Amino acid sequence: MPYVQNTDADRRAMLAEIGVRAMDDLFEPIPAALRLREPLPLDPGMTETDLIAHLGRIGSWNRPAGGRPCFLGGGVYDHDWPSLVDHLQGRSEFLTAYTPYQPECSQGTLQWIFEFQSMIAEICGMDNANASMYDGASACAEAALLALAATGRKKVVVSAGLHPHSMAVIRTYLEHQGSAIVEAPLRDGVTDWGDLVDAGTAAVLVQQPNFLGLVEDLDAPAAAAHAVEALAVASIYPVAMGLLRSPGAAGFDVVVGDGQSLGVPMGLGGPSFGFFASRDKFVRRLPGRLVGASVDRRGRRAYTLTFQTREQHIRREKATSNICTNNALIALRGCLHMAALGPQGLEEVACLSRQRALEMTAQLTAGDAIQEAFPGQPWFNEVPLRLSGGEIAVLKLKTALAKAGIAGVLPMSRFYPGDPAMKGVFTLACTERTTPESIRQLASVAADTFRMEMAL
Amino acid sequence: MRPNDRKYADSHEWAKQEGDLVLIGITDFAVEQLGELVFLDLPAVGRKLAKGESFGEVESVKAVSDLYAPLGGEVVAVNAPLADELDPLQNDPFAGGWLLKIRPTDASAELGALHDAESYEKQVAAAH
Repeated sequence: MPYVQNTDADRRAMLAEIGVRAMDDLFEPIPAALRLREPLPLDPGMTETDLIAHLGRIGSWNRPAGGRPCFLGGGVYDHDWPSLVDHLQGRSEFLTAYTPYQPECSQGTLQWIFEFQSMIAEICGMDNANASMYDGASACAEAALLALAATGRKKVVVSAGLHPHSMAVIRTYLEHQGSAIVEAPLRDGVTDWGDLVDAGTAAVLVQQPNFLGLVEDLDAPAAAAHAVEALAVASIYPVAMGLLRSPGAAGFDVVVGDGQSLGVPMGLGGPSFGFFASRDKFVRRLPGRLVGASVDRRGRRAYTLTFQTREQHIRREKATSNICTNNALIALRGCLHMAALGPQGLEEVACLSRQRALEMTAQLTAGDAIQEAFPGQPWFNEVPLRLSGGEIAVLKLKTALAKAGIAGVLPMSRFYPGDPAMKGVFTLACTERTTPESIRQLASVAADTFRMEMAL
Repeated sequence: MRPNDRKYADSHEWAKQEGDLVLIGITDFAVEQLGELVFLDLPAVGRKLAKGESFGEVESVKAVSDLYAPLGGEVVAVNAPLADELDPLQNDPFAGGWLLKIRPTDASAELGALHDAESYEKQVAAAH
Protein backbone atom coordinates (compact mmCIF):
# COMPACT_ATOMS: atom_id res chain seq x y z
CA MET A 1 0.00 0.00 0.00
CA PRO A 2 1.61 3.27 -1.07
CA TYR A 3 1.72 6.24 1.33
CA VAL A 4 0.13 9.06 -0.66
CA GLN A 5 -1.35 12.14 0.93
CA ASN A 6 -4.99 13.08 0.57
CA THR A 7 -5.66 15.98 -1.76
CA ASP A 8 -8.08 18.81 -0.97
CA ALA A 9 -10.47 17.21 -3.44
CA ASP A 10 -10.19 13.89 -1.55
CA ARG A 11 -10.97 15.64 1.71
CA ARG A 12 -13.98 17.47 0.27
CA ALA A 13 -15.33 14.22 -1.13
CA MET A 14 -14.89 12.40 2.21
CA LEU A 15 -16.57 15.18 4.17
CA ALA A 16 -19.45 15.21 1.72
CA GLU A 17 -19.81 11.42 2.01
CA ILE A 18 -20.20 11.53 5.78
CA GLY A 19 -22.27 14.69 5.74
CA VAL A 20 -19.83 16.88 7.66
CA ARG A 21 -19.39 20.52 6.69
CA ALA A 22 -15.73 21.01 7.60
CA MET A 23 -12.83 19.22 9.37
CA ASP A 24 -13.22 21.43 12.43
CA ASP A 25 -16.71 20.06 13.01
CA LEU A 26 -15.21 16.64 13.75
CA PHE A 27 -13.45 18.14 16.78
CA GLU A 28 -16.70 19.54 18.26
CA PRO A 29 -16.74 17.11 21.21
CA ILE A 30 -13.48 18.61 22.50
CA PRO A 31 -14.30 21.60 24.77
CA ALA A 32 -13.45 24.90 23.10
CA ALA A 33 -11.19 25.86 26.01
CA LEU A 34 -8.96 22.88 25.23
CA ARG A 35 -8.72 23.40 21.50
CA LEU A 36 -5.62 24.97 19.96
CA ARG A 37 -6.38 28.49 18.73
CA GLU A 38 -3.07 29.28 17.06
CA PRO A 39 -0.48 27.27 15.18
CA LEU A 40 2.18 25.64 17.35
CA PRO A 41 5.31 27.79 17.88
CA LEU A 42 7.60 25.89 15.53
CA ASP A 43 10.50 27.27 13.51
CA PRO A 44 9.61 28.02 9.90
CA GLY A 45 10.14 25.16 7.45
CA MET A 46 13.42 24.74 5.58
CA THR A 47 14.21 23.50 2.14
CA GLU A 48 15.29 19.89 1.99
CA THR A 49 18.88 20.94 1.15
CA ASP A 50 19.10 23.35 4.08
CA LEU A 51 17.48 20.90 6.44
CA ILE A 52 19.91 18.11 5.59
CA ALA A 53 22.83 20.51 6.11
CA HIS A 54 21.33 21.72 9.42
CA LEU A 55 20.81 18.23 10.79
CA GLY A 56 24.22 17.19 9.54
CA ARG A 57 25.79 20.02 11.56
CA ILE A 58 23.98 18.94 14.71
CA GLY A 59 24.90 15.30 14.04
CA SER A 60 28.57 16.19 13.76
CA TRP A 61 28.58 17.00 17.48
CA ASN A 62 28.27 13.26 18.11
CA ARG A 63 31.29 11.12 18.74
CA PRO A 64 29.99 7.74 17.65
CA ALA A 65 31.60 4.99 19.71
CA GLY A 66 31.64 2.69 16.73
CA GLY A 67 33.76 4.99 14.59
CA ARG A 68 36.84 4.62 16.78
CA PRO A 69 38.44 1.96 18.99
CA CYS A 70 35.64 0.94 21.35
CA PHE A 71 36.19 -1.06 24.52
CA LEU A 72 32.78 -0.40 26.00
CA GLY A 73 30.49 -3.21 27.10
CA GLY A 74 27.82 -3.25 29.76
CA GLY A 75 25.23 -4.87 27.51
CA VAL A 76 26.02 -3.03 24.24
CA TYR A 77 29.01 -4.28 22.23
CA ASP A 78 30.93 -3.14 19.17
CA HIS A 79 30.38 -6.29 17.11
CA ASP A 80 30.43 -6.48 13.35
CA TRP A 81 27.88 -7.86 10.89
CA PRO A 82 27.88 -8.92 7.24
CA SER A 83 26.68 -6.15 4.89
CA LEU A 84 23.96 -8.48 3.64
CA VAL A 85 22.18 -7.81 6.94
CA ASP A 86 21.81 -4.10 6.04
CA HIS A 87 20.97 -4.93 2.46
CA LEU A 88 18.18 -7.42 3.15
CA GLN A 89 16.76 -5.54 6.13
CA GLY A 90 16.43 -2.53 3.82
CA ARG A 91 14.12 -4.31 1.39
CA SER A 92 10.82 -2.43 1.32
CA GLU A 93 8.80 -5.60 1.94
CA PHE A 94 10.44 -5.71 5.33
CA LEU A 95 11.17 -2.04 5.96
CA THR A 96 7.74 -0.53 5.40
CA ALA A 97 5.28 -3.33 6.07
CA TYR A 98 3.20 -2.74 9.19
CA THR A 99 2.18 -5.76 11.29
CA PRO A 100 2.41 -8.19 8.38
CA TYR A 101 1.15 -11.27 10.17
CA GLN A 102 -1.78 -12.47 8.08
CA PRO A 103 -0.88 -15.93 6.82
CA GLU A 104 -2.70 -15.34 3.54
CA CYS A 105 -0.34 -12.56 2.48
CA SER A 106 2.72 -12.58 4.76
CA GLN A 107 4.34 -15.98 4.38
CA GLY A 108 7.76 -14.39 3.86
CA THR A 109 7.61 -12.51 7.13
CA LEU A 110 6.18 -15.44 9.04
CA GLN A 111 8.90 -17.68 7.65
CA TRP A 112 11.75 -15.45 8.78
CA ILE A 113 10.19 -15.16 12.22
CA PHE A 114 9.88 -18.95 12.41
CA GLU A 115 13.54 -19.29 11.45
CA PHE A 116 14.46 -16.60 13.98
CA GLN A 117 12.61 -18.48 16.72
CA SER A 118 14.35 -21.71 15.75
CA MET A 119 17.84 -20.21 15.85
CA ILE A 120 17.24 -18.39 19.12
CA ALA A 121 15.92 -21.59 20.70
CA GLU A 122 19.03 -23.42 19.50
CA ILE A 123 21.41 -20.79 20.91
CA CYS A 124 19.58 -20.83 24.25
CA GLY A 125 19.28 -24.61 24.42
CA MET A 126 15.50 -24.35 24.70
CA ASP A 127 12.47 -25.99 23.02
CA ASN A 128 10.69 -22.81 21.93
CA ALA A 129 11.30 -19.12 21.43
CA ASN A 130 8.88 -16.32 20.65
CA ALA A 131 8.95 -13.75 17.86
CA SER A 132 11.05 -11.39 20.02
CA MET A 133 10.53 -8.77 22.73
CA TYR A 134 11.26 -5.04 22.95
CA ASP A 135 14.65 -5.58 24.58
CA GLY A 136 16.56 -7.79 26.98
CA ALA A 137 15.47 -5.83 30.05
CA SER A 138 11.74 -6.23 29.47
CA ALA A 139 12.35 -9.86 28.51
CA CYS A 140 13.84 -10.37 32.00
CA ALA A 141 10.78 -8.75 33.55
CA GLU A 142 8.39 -10.89 31.53
CA ALA A 143 10.32 -14.01 32.55
CA ALA A 144 9.79 -13.04 36.18
CA LEU A 145 6.07 -12.57 35.50
CA LEU A 146 5.88 -15.95 33.80
CA ALA A 147 7.46 -17.65 36.80
CA LEU A 148 5.18 -15.87 39.26
CA ALA A 149 2.11 -16.88 37.24
CA ALA A 150 3.26 -20.45 36.67
CA THR A 151 4.08 -21.16 40.31
CA GLY A 152 1.53 -18.97 42.03
CA ARG A 153 4.34 -17.79 44.32
CA LYS A 154 5.25 -14.23 45.16
CA LYS A 155 9.03 -13.94 45.20
CA VAL A 156 11.84 -13.92 42.66
CA VAL A 157 15.49 -14.21 43.66
CA VAL A 158 17.63 -12.15 41.30
CA SER A 159 21.42 -12.09 41.07
CA ALA A 160 23.04 -8.74 41.78
CA GLY A 161 25.08 -9.52 38.68
CA LEU A 162 22.06 -8.85 36.46
CA HIS A 163 22.43 -5.73 34.32
CA PRO A 164 21.24 -2.87 36.58
CA HIS A 165 18.93 -1.60 33.83
CA SER A 166 17.29 -5.02 33.60
CA MET A 167 16.93 -5.06 37.38
CA ALA A 168 15.30 -1.62 37.28
CA VAL A 169 12.82 -2.77 34.64
CA ILE A 170 11.96 -5.89 36.66
CA ARG A 171 11.29 -3.66 39.66
CA THR A 172 9.03 -1.44 37.57
CA TYR A 173 7.04 -4.38 36.21
CA LEU A 174 6.63 -6.03 39.61
CA GLU A 175 6.06 -2.91 41.67
CA HIS A 176 2.29 -3.05 42.00
CA GLN A 177 1.87 -6.80 41.68
CA GLY A 178 2.39 -7.69 45.31
CA SER A 179 5.54 -9.62 44.49
CA ALA A 180 8.94 -9.32 46.11
CA ILE A 181 12.38 -9.19 44.53
CA VAL A 182 15.19 -10.56 46.64
CA GLU A 183 18.69 -9.71 45.48
CA ALA A 184 21.37 -12.38 45.76
CA PRO A 185 24.62 -10.48 46.40
CA LEU A 186 27.89 -10.84 44.56
CA ARG A 187 30.75 -12.36 46.44
CA ASP A 188 34.13 -12.16 44.78
CA GLY A 189 32.36 -10.99 41.63
CA VAL A 190 29.89 -13.88 41.22
CA THR A 191 26.49 -14.63 42.74
CA ASP A 192 26.22 -15.98 46.27
CA TRP A 193 22.76 -17.56 46.43
CA GLY A 194 23.10 -18.44 50.11
CA ASP A 195 19.79 -19.66 51.57
CA LEU A 196 17.72 -17.18 49.64
CA VAL A 197 15.96 -19.75 47.41
CA ASP A 198 13.11 -21.37 49.33
CA ALA A 199 9.61 -22.79 48.90
CA GLY A 200 8.24 -19.28 48.40
CA THR A 201 10.49 -18.61 45.41
CA ALA A 202 8.97 -18.49 41.95
CA ALA A 203 12.25 -18.17 40.07
CA VAL A 204 15.96 -17.56 40.29
CA LEU A 205 17.36 -15.16 37.73
CA VAL A 206 21.02 -15.09 36.73
CA GLN A 207 22.89 -13.29 33.96
CA GLN A 208 25.50 -15.10 31.89
CA PRO A 209 28.12 -13.63 31.73
CA ASN A 210 27.20 -11.27 34.55
CA PHE A 211 27.37 -7.48 34.42
CA LEU A 212 31.02 -7.54 35.50
CA GLY A 213 31.78 -9.87 32.59
CA LEU A 214 32.38 -12.90 34.84
CA VAL A 215 31.15 -16.38 34.00
CA GLU A 216 28.58 -17.60 36.52
CA ASP A 217 28.10 -21.16 37.73
CA LEU A 218 24.75 -22.23 36.26
CA ASP A 219 24.44 -25.59 38.00
CA ALA A 220 24.02 -24.19 41.51
CA PRO A 221 21.09 -21.84 40.78
CA ALA A 222 19.38 -24.46 38.59
CA ALA A 223 19.65 -27.07 41.34
CA ALA A 224 18.51 -24.63 44.03
CA ALA A 225 15.49 -23.60 41.95
CA HIS A 226 14.42 -27.11 41.01
CA ALA A 227 14.81 -28.37 44.56
CA VAL A 228 11.91 -26.09 45.52
CA GLU A 229 10.06 -26.43 42.19
CA ALA A 230 10.90 -22.89 41.18
CA LEU A 231 11.98 -21.88 37.69
CA ALA A 232 15.59 -21.33 36.67
CA VAL A 233 15.83 -18.28 34.42
CA ALA A 234 18.94 -16.97 32.67
CA SER A 235 19.59 -13.74 30.79
CA ILE A 236 22.36 -14.32 28.26
CA TYR A 237 24.79 -12.49 25.99
CA PRO A 238 24.13 -14.49 22.82
CA VAL A 239 27.64 -14.23 21.36
CA ALA A 240 29.02 -15.79 24.54
CA MET A 241 27.06 -18.94 23.70
CA GLY A 242 29.57 -19.46 20.91
CA LEU A 243 31.94 -20.62 23.66
CA LEU A 244 29.96 -21.07 26.88
CA ARG A 245 27.54 -23.85 27.80
CA SER A 246 23.98 -22.70 27.15
CA PRO A 247 21.58 -22.41 30.10
CA GLY A 248 19.42 -24.98 28.33
CA ALA A 249 22.26 -27.48 28.56
CA ALA A 250 22.43 -26.65 32.28
CA GLY A 251 18.78 -27.50 32.79
CA PHE A 252 17.30 -24.01 32.85
CA ASP A 253 13.59 -23.44 32.19
CA VAL A 254 13.52 -19.99 30.59
CA VAL A 255 16.27 -18.13 28.74
CA VAL A 256 16.05 -14.48 27.73
CA GLY A 257 18.45 -11.81 26.60
CA ASP A 258 19.19 -8.87 24.36
CA GLY A 259 20.04 -9.33 20.69
CA GLN A 260 22.16 -6.20 20.17
CA SER A 261 25.25 -8.32 19.67
CA LEU A 262 23.59 -10.12 16.76
CA GLY A 263 23.91 -7.67 13.90
CA VAL A 264 22.43 -4.60 15.60
CA PRO A 265 24.28 -1.27 15.60
CA MET A 266 25.14 0.20 19.02
CA GLY A 267 23.01 3.20 18.05
CA LEU A 268 22.02 5.26 21.06
CA GLY A 269 22.19 2.19 23.28
CA GLY A 270 19.21 1.00 21.26
CA PRO A 271 16.91 0.23 19.61
CA SER A 272 17.64 -3.45 19.93
CA PHE A 273 15.50 -6.54 20.36
CA GLY A 274 14.89 -8.95 23.20
CA PHE A 275 14.46 -12.69 22.92
CA PHE A 276 12.49 -15.11 25.06
CA ALA A 277 12.88 -18.87 24.97
CA SER A 278 11.53 -21.65 27.16
CA ARG A 279 10.93 -25.35 27.62
CA ASP A 280 7.86 -26.90 25.99
CA LYS A 281 5.96 -27.01 29.25
CA PHE A 282 5.82 -23.21 29.37
CA VAL A 283 4.77 -22.62 25.77
CA ARG A 284 1.26 -21.61 26.82
CA ARG A 285 2.72 -19.02 29.17
CA LEU A 286 5.02 -17.35 26.68
CA PRO A 287 4.42 -13.66 26.11
CA GLY A 288 4.40 -12.09 22.67
CA ARG A 289 3.81 -13.57 19.26
CA LEU A 290 4.55 -17.14 18.32
CA VAL A 291 4.83 -18.37 14.72
CA GLY A 292 4.17 -22.00 13.98
CA ALA A 293 4.67 -24.18 10.94
CA SER A 294 1.70 -26.02 9.49
CA VAL A 295 0.36 -27.11 6.09
CA ASP A 296 -2.17 -25.43 3.84
CA ARG A 297 -5.13 -27.06 2.10
CA ARG A 298 -2.82 -28.51 -0.54
CA GLY A 299 -0.37 -29.93 1.95
CA ARG A 300 2.25 -27.26 1.32
CA ARG A 301 4.35 -25.86 4.19
CA ALA A 302 2.75 -22.71 5.56
CA TYR A 303 3.45 -20.47 8.55
CA THR A 304 0.94 -18.83 10.85
CA LEU A 305 0.67 -17.14 14.22
CA THR A 306 -0.23 -19.76 16.77
CA PHE A 307 -1.20 -20.14 20.43
CA GLN A 308 -2.96 -16.83 20.07
CA THR A 309 -5.20 -17.69 22.97
CA ARG A 310 -2.32 -16.51 25.18
CA GLU A 311 -2.73 -13.00 23.93
CA GLN A 312 -4.80 -10.00 24.88
CA HIS A 313 -7.13 -9.94 21.90
CA ILE A 314 -8.53 -13.25 23.06
CA ARG A 315 -7.74 -13.63 26.73
CA ARG A 316 -8.02 -9.95 27.66
CA GLU A 317 -6.99 -9.31 31.27
CA LYS A 318 -5.92 -12.94 31.68
CA ALA A 319 -3.41 -12.75 28.82
CA THR A 320 0.09 -13.96 29.58
CA SER A 321 1.36 -10.44 29.01
CA ASN A 322 0.25 -6.99 27.92
CA ILE A 323 3.02 -6.80 25.35
CA CYS A 324 1.42 -5.65 22.12
CA THR A 325 4.29 -5.05 19.76
CA ASN A 326 8.00 -5.67 19.38
CA ASN A 327 11.05 -4.47 17.43
CA ALA A 328 10.42 -6.76 14.49
CA LEU A 329 12.70 -5.00 12.01
CA ILE A 330 15.61 -5.17 14.45
CA ALA A 331 14.83 -8.82 15.18
CA LEU A 332 14.99 -9.36 11.41
CA ARG A 333 18.60 -8.10 11.54
CA GLY A 334 19.24 -10.65 14.26
CA CYS A 335 17.74 -13.39 12.12
CA LEU A 336 19.78 -12.42 9.06
CA HIS A 337 22.93 -12.19 11.17
CA MET A 338 22.43 -15.59 12.82
CA ALA A 339 21.66 -17.18 9.44
CA ALA A 340 24.73 -15.60 7.85
CA LEU A 341 27.04 -16.67 10.66
CA GLY A 342 25.61 -20.05 11.54
CA PRO A 343 26.80 -21.91 14.64
CA GLN A 344 30.35 -22.01 13.32
CA GLY A 345 30.45 -18.29 12.62
CA LEU A 346 29.10 -17.52 16.07
CA GLU A 347 31.80 -19.69 17.61
CA GLU A 348 34.46 -17.89 15.56
CA VAL A 349 33.19 -14.48 16.67
CA ALA A 350 33.20 -15.67 20.27
CA CYS A 351 36.73 -17.03 20.00
CA LEU A 352 38.07 -13.86 18.38
CA SER A 353 36.36 -11.68 20.98
CA ARG A 354 37.83 -13.71 23.82
CA GLN A 355 41.26 -13.83 22.25
CA ARG A 356 41.39 -10.06 21.97
CA ALA A 357 40.24 -9.72 25.57
CA LEU A 358 43.05 -12.04 26.67
CA GLU A 359 45.63 -9.97 24.77
CA MET A 360 44.22 -6.73 26.16
CA THR A 361 44.21 -7.98 29.74
CA ALA A 362 47.75 -9.32 29.46
CA GLN A 363 49.04 -5.97 28.22
CA LEU A 364 47.09 -3.88 30.74
CA THR A 365 48.03 -5.94 33.79
CA ALA A 366 51.72 -6.07 32.86
CA GLY A 367 52.33 -2.97 34.99
CA ASP A 368 51.42 -2.35 38.62
CA ALA A 369 48.57 0.09 38.29
CA ILE A 370 45.92 -2.20 36.79
CA GLN A 371 45.01 -5.68 37.99
CA GLU A 372 42.16 -8.09 37.39
CA ALA A 373 39.48 -7.13 39.93
CA PHE A 374 38.52 -10.72 40.79
CA PRO A 375 41.57 -12.86 40.03
CA GLY A 376 40.80 -16.47 39.31
CA GLN A 377 37.22 -15.79 38.19
CA PRO A 378 36.76 -16.70 34.53
CA TRP A 379 35.43 -14.13 32.07
CA PHE A 380 34.49 -14.27 28.39
CA ASN A 381 35.23 -11.06 26.44
CA GLU A 382 34.46 -8.44 29.09
CA VAL A 383 36.91 -8.05 31.94
CA PRO A 384 36.58 -6.41 35.36
CA LEU A 385 39.81 -4.62 36.20
CA ARG A 386 40.85 -2.67 39.27
CA LEU A 387 42.93 0.47 39.57
CA SER A 388 44.72 0.68 42.89
CA GLY A 389 44.27 4.45 42.75
CA GLY A 390 40.49 4.00 43.20
CA GLU A 391 37.71 6.05 41.65
CA ILE A 392 39.89 9.06 40.86
CA ALA A 393 42.23 6.84 38.87
CA VAL A 394 39.29 5.33 36.99
CA LEU A 395 38.09 8.76 35.98
CA LYS A 396 41.62 9.75 34.99
CA LEU A 397 41.94 6.73 32.73
CA LYS A 398 38.53 7.30 31.14
CA THR A 399 39.39 10.91 30.40
CA ALA A 400 42.82 10.09 29.02
CA LEU A 401 41.34 7.46 26.72
CA ALA A 402 38.63 9.82 25.50
CA LYS A 403 41.30 12.41 24.70
CA ALA A 404 43.11 9.75 22.67
CA GLY A 405 39.89 8.99 20.77
CA ILE A 406 39.26 5.65 22.50
CA ALA A 407 35.85 4.79 23.97
CA GLY A 408 36.12 2.70 27.08
CA VAL A 409 36.01 2.28 30.85
CA LEU A 410 32.68 1.57 32.49
CA PRO A 411 33.08 2.42 36.20
CA MET A 412 31.38 -0.23 38.35
CA SER A 413 30.96 2.14 41.30
CA ARG A 414 28.28 3.89 39.24
CA PHE A 415 26.20 0.72 39.27
CA TYR A 416 27.14 -0.62 42.72
CA PRO A 417 27.37 2.61 44.73
CA GLY A 418 28.93 2.27 48.16
CA ASP A 419 30.09 -1.30 47.55
CA PRO A 420 33.72 -1.50 48.80
CA ALA A 421 34.42 -4.50 46.54
CA MET A 422 33.77 -2.27 43.51
CA LYS A 423 36.15 0.51 44.48
CA GLY A 424 38.38 1.35 41.52
CA VAL A 425 36.72 -1.39 39.43
CA PHE A 426 35.85 -0.83 35.78
CA THR A 427 35.12 -3.07 32.81
CA LEU A 428 36.52 -3.20 29.30
CA ALA A 429 35.21 -5.38 26.48
CA CYS A 430 36.72 -6.66 23.25
CA THR A 431 35.07 -8.01 20.14
CA GLU A 432 36.15 -9.43 16.80
CA ARG A 433 36.43 -5.79 15.65
CA THR A 434 39.09 -4.98 18.23
CA THR A 435 42.48 -4.72 16.53
CA PRO A 436 45.94 -5.50 18.00
CA GLU A 437 46.78 -1.88 17.16
CA SER A 438 43.92 -0.45 19.22
CA ILE A 439 44.89 -2.72 22.13
CA ARG A 440 48.45 -1.39 21.95
CA GLN A 441 47.07 2.14 21.90
CA LEU A 442 44.85 1.46 24.91
CA ALA A 443 47.72 -0.06 26.88
CA SER A 444 49.99 2.78 25.93
CA VAL A 445 47.55 5.47 27.09
CA ALA A 446 47.01 3.58 30.35
CA ALA A 447 50.73 3.23 30.92
CA ASP A 448 51.33 6.93 30.22
CA THR A 449 48.52 8.00 32.52
CA PHE A 450 49.82 6.07 35.48
CA ARG A 451 53.52 6.50 34.80
CA MET A 452 52.93 10.19 35.37
CA GLU A 453 50.97 9.36 38.53
CA MET A 454 53.73 7.24 39.95
CA ALA A 455 56.30 9.89 39.06
CA LEU A 456 54.46 12.24 41.44
CA MET B 1 -32.96 -33.86 23.97
CA ARG B 2 -30.14 -33.58 26.51
CA PRO B 3 -29.75 -36.17 29.30
CA ASN B 4 -32.45 -35.98 31.89
CA ASP B 5 -30.38 -37.56 34.63
CA ARG B 6 -28.50 -34.41 35.52
CA LYS B 7 -28.75 -30.67 36.17
CA TYR B 8 -27.41 -27.73 34.15
CA ALA B 9 -25.87 -24.37 34.95
CA ASP B 10 -26.38 -21.08 33.05
CA SER B 11 -22.69 -21.20 32.23
CA HIS B 12 -23.18 -24.54 30.43
CA GLU B 13 -21.71 -26.95 32.95
CA TRP B 14 -23.71 -30.03 33.93
CA ALA B 15 -23.77 -31.80 37.30
CA LYS B 16 -24.82 -35.45 37.84
CA GLN B 17 -25.28 -36.96 41.25
CA GLU B 18 -23.56 -40.34 41.68
CA GLY B 19 -24.05 -41.58 45.19
CA ASP B 20 -22.44 -39.07 47.53
CA LEU B 21 -20.26 -37.62 44.75
CA VAL B 22 -21.21 -35.32 41.88
CA LEU B 23 -19.85 -35.71 38.34
CA ILE B 24 -19.27 -32.44 36.46
CA GLY B 25 -18.71 -31.61 32.80
CA ILE B 26 -19.69 -29.13 30.10
CA THR B 27 -22.51 -29.45 27.60
CA ASP B 28 -22.44 -30.11 23.89
CA PHE B 29 -23.60 -26.53 23.38
CA ALA B 30 -20.47 -25.20 25.08
CA VAL B 31 -18.24 -27.52 23.05
CA GLU B 32 -19.93 -26.58 19.82
CA GLN B 33 -19.58 -22.84 20.55
CA LEU B 34 -15.91 -23.23 21.30
CA GLY B 35 -15.08 -25.07 18.12
CA GLU B 36 -11.97 -27.20 17.81
CA LEU B 37 -10.64 -27.81 21.32
CA VAL B 38 -6.90 -27.59 21.87
CA PHE B 39 -6.26 -27.42 25.59
CA LEU B 40 -7.82 -28.12 28.95
CA ASP B 41 -6.66 -26.92 32.35
CA LEU B 42 -8.12 -28.85 35.30
CA PRO B 43 -7.60 -28.31 39.05
CA ALA B 44 -5.60 -30.48 41.38
CA VAL B 45 -7.31 -33.23 43.33
CA GLY B 46 -8.02 -31.99 46.84
CA ARG B 47 -8.84 -28.42 45.77
CA LYS B 48 -11.90 -27.01 47.48
CA LEU B 49 -14.30 -25.13 45.25
CA ALA B 50 -17.10 -22.71 46.00
CA LYS B 51 -20.24 -22.70 43.86
CA GLY B 52 -19.59 -20.42 40.90
CA GLU B 53 -15.82 -20.43 41.38
CA SER B 54 -13.66 -20.89 38.29
CA PHE B 55 -12.01 -24.32 38.45
CA GLY B 56 -10.17 -24.35 35.15
CA GLU B 57 -10.09 -23.36 31.52
CA VAL B 58 -10.95 -24.90 28.20
CA GLU B 59 -9.25 -23.51 25.14
CA SER B 60 -10.10 -23.77 21.46
CA VAL B 61 -8.33 -22.37 18.42
CA LYS B 62 -10.26 -19.12 18.72
CA ALA B 63 -11.29 -18.69 22.34
CA VAL B 64 -10.65 -19.46 25.97
CA SER B 65 -13.43 -20.16 28.42
CA ASP B 66 -13.40 -20.37 32.18
CA LEU B 67 -15.08 -23.40 33.73
CA TYR B 68 -17.33 -22.62 36.71
CA ALA B 69 -18.24 -25.00 39.53
CA PRO B 70 -22.02 -25.57 39.36
CA LEU B 71 -21.88 -26.47 43.03
CA GLY B 72 -19.31 -26.26 45.82
CA GLY B 73 -17.25 -29.14 47.13
CA GLU B 74 -13.87 -30.87 47.21
CA VAL B 75 -12.29 -32.23 44.04
CA VAL B 76 -11.83 -35.99 44.48
CA ALA B 77 -11.03 -36.92 40.88
CA VAL B 78 -10.27 -35.28 37.54
CA ASN B 79 -10.38 -36.78 34.05
CA ALA B 80 -6.61 -36.64 33.67
CA PRO B 81 -6.33 -38.42 30.25
CA LEU B 82 -8.08 -35.41 28.69
CA ALA B 83 -4.83 -33.48 29.15
CA ASP B 84 -3.29 -35.53 26.33
CA GLU B 85 -6.37 -36.44 24.28
CA LEU B 86 -9.32 -34.07 24.02
CA ASP B 87 -11.37 -36.24 21.68
CA PRO B 88 -13.72 -37.57 24.40
CA LEU B 89 -14.55 -34.00 25.41
CA GLN B 90 -14.99 -32.84 21.82
CA ASN B 91 -17.29 -35.72 20.87
CA ASP B 92 -18.72 -37.15 24.07
CA PRO B 93 -19.04 -34.29 26.57
CA PHE B 94 -21.82 -35.94 28.58
CA ALA B 95 -20.03 -39.23 29.26
CA GLY B 96 -16.41 -39.88 28.22
CA GLY B 97 -15.68 -36.14 28.38
CA TRP B 98 -16.52 -35.74 32.09
CA LEU B 99 -14.22 -33.25 33.82
CA LEU B 100 -14.40 -33.57 37.61
CA LYS B 101 -15.82 -35.58 40.45
CA ILE B 102 -16.48 -33.60 43.61
CA ARG B 103 -17.68 -34.36 47.11
CA PRO B 104 -20.36 -31.66 47.42
CA THR B 105 -20.78 -29.48 50.50
CA ASP B 106 -24.49 -28.87 50.01
CA ALA B 107 -25.77 -31.05 47.17
CA SER B 108 -29.51 -30.81 47.69
CA ALA B 109 -29.66 -27.02 47.94
CA GLU B 110 -27.16 -26.25 45.18
CA LEU B 111 -28.28 -28.95 42.73
CA GLY B 112 -31.80 -27.84 43.26
CA ALA B 113 -30.93 -24.34 42.11
CA LEU B 114 -29.72 -25.60 38.70
CA HIS B 115 -31.75 -26.10 35.51
CA ASP B 116 -33.28 -29.42 34.60
CA ALA B 117 -32.85 -30.62 31.02
CA GLU B 118 -36.02 -28.97 29.76
CA SER B 119 -35.25 -25.61 31.33
CA TYR B 120 -31.70 -25.74 29.96
CA GLU B 121 -33.06 -26.49 26.47
CA LYS B 122 -35.10 -23.29 26.67
CA GLN B 123 -32.04 -21.39 27.87
CA VAL B 124 -29.95 -22.58 24.93
CA ALA B 125 -32.73 -21.95 22.39
CA ALA B 126 -33.09 -18.38 23.66
CA ALA B 127 -29.33 -17.80 23.39
CA HIS B 128 -29.26 -18.84 19.74
